[in-house]
Amino acid sequence: MSDRGKIVIGLIIFVLIFTLPMTYNMVAKNKAVGAPELEIPPEAGKECVRSTEYMRPFHMDLLNEWRDEVVRHNDRYIEGPDGAMIEKSLSNTCLDCHSNKENFCDRCHNYLAVYPYCWDCHTTPEETAQPELVVAQQPKEEN
Amino acid sequence: MGIDRRKFVKVASLASLGLVAGPPVKALANEVVKEAEHGCEGCQGDYLGAPRAVHPPKEAKRLAMVVDLKTCREHPDCTACIDACHLVHNVPDYPHPKDEIKWIWKEHFEHAFPEANHQFIEEHVKHSSGLLFCNHCDNPPCVKACPTGATWKREEDGVVMMDWHRCIGCRYCIAACPYGSRSFNFREPKKYFAEQGKKPQPDFPMRMRGVVEKCTFCDERLARGLWPSCVEACPYNCLTFGDLDNPDDPVRELLHHKFTIRRKPGLGTQPEVYYIV
Ligand code: HEC
Ligand code: HEC
Ligand code: HEC
Repeated sequence: MSDRGKIVIGLIIFVLIFTLPMTYNMVAKNKAVGAPELEIPPEAGKECVRSTEYMRPFHMDLLNEWRDEVVRHNDRYIEGPDGAMIEKSLSNTCLDCHSNKENFCDRCHNYLAVYPYCWDCHTTPEETAQPELVVAQQPKEEN
Repeated sequence: MGIDRRKFVKVASLASLGLVAGPPVKALANEVVKEAEHGCEGCQGDYLGAPRAVHPPKEAKRLAMVVDLKTCREHPDCTACIDACHLVHNVPDYPHPKDEIKWIWKEHFEHAFPEANHQFIEEHVKHSSGLLFCNHCDNPPCVKACPTGATWKREEDGVVMMDWHRCIGCRYCIAACPYGSRSFNFREPKKYFAEQGKKPQPDFPMRMRGVVEKCTFCDERLARGLWPSCVEACPYNCLTFGDLDNPDDPVRELLHHKFTIRRKPGLGTQPEVYYIV
């Protein structure tokens, strides 16, 4: 008794299923998804708080640094790109320039499947109340 | 200022209660009527007080609060400090007491000061309430209990701080605090705000389910040269905030000239909130 025929048929079916993703891509002519398109509002100016080369891979480190300096060392201000003092704040500094979170932070994070949990607590400009009640919070020179 | 419907209902119900319950309650109702007539500007709602010309002490070493309960209890309906604090810090006002989050709150005198209370205590004190918040103890038991270092005593000025990023929600600090100053988020505050159609204030982040929160003497406002929001909001200047280490500071002056008590002094936690009773 020989099962050769059955084995060959089984092997052919196996190879077909195994290579299906490749053959499907070849047949459907799919292209790789391009890098997400990031929107930066014109009010944001030309520069980020650090260079773009630094920000792209290391912005999460910068945010962690800011967080610890603010909360644990009460060190709240830093010199911004144009020399003026800015607050080390996620909601009030990053999102002041990058006010379109959906088309910037989220677009890149969704593409990469990263889901920072910061927004469980931190707020976005659309979420918050009109700034009538907001007390003056000008950074102080002496700080 | 006119009398609005809510105030009218409050006054009317208190007054009718006074008729039934006799003179002591009537006197209280009269107080409230007086207040309603004259209007207590900013006793409720979004009143934040006015930023002051003088800034809080910058290089303070031992921040402390003196609460003038004598003046405070003349206005039993005033919640200006509580409203202001809970507004700027986005503290939700859950309807169910089991979910309650509180940074400042009022408590019956006998519960606030069990040591100072006795059977025959002055009638108007007995029925008054104490204004309570985190005592920022010199010897804080909550700090010792925290396994992650999410709460600690700031060396420079003695504020008992919270790092919400490190809180894992174990609630040891709640068990350790003898003053009930800490609240646990059983619900998701952002969701509740959305349900209520309320928008959070942008100056302070919210919290999430599973973390503990409490008063931090408005560390974020002090850093900007602003007084704690409760101090600024009080229409009667009941709250005096300052540096105990500086002999010329108003808090030292008050402590020197007025008799003050602290909550549960026998526990040795050395609270930094003093009460003029
Ligand atoms: C002063 C306005 C401003 C602030 C504040 C600011 N950004 Fe930016 N950011 C920019 C601009 C403008 C660019 C684009 C720079 C360029 O085109 O090279 C940028 C670029 C970036 C990039 C790189 C995007 C890319 O193309 O890969 C990241 C990531 C980023 N920002 C994150 C942040 C974070 C996080 C914060 C808060 C810590 C922050 N930014 C604060 C203006 C700002
Ligand atoms: C150019 C793409 C890009 C943009 C734009 C971008 N991020 Fe990121 N983000 C990343 C990458 C990549 C990571 C790292 C993921 C990892 O390490 O697993 C990350 C991680 C983070 C983390 C840490 C998440 C974690 O779980 O540790 C935070 C916080 C964060 N980003 C905040 C922001 C904010 C705020 C903005 C908008 C102002 C922003 N990012 C914009 C690509 C981006
Ligand atoms: C449990 C709630 C919570 C979460 C989650 C959270 N934060 Fe915060 N964060 C706070 C609170 C509350 C403060 C304000 C502390 C203060 O001012 O004393 C704060 C302050 C900060 C600050 C400094 C001041 C400011 O206004 O931004 C930074 C930076 C920061 N957080 C970054 C982050 C990042 C990045 C993440 C996500 C990886 C994150 N936080 C997640 C609650 C949270």
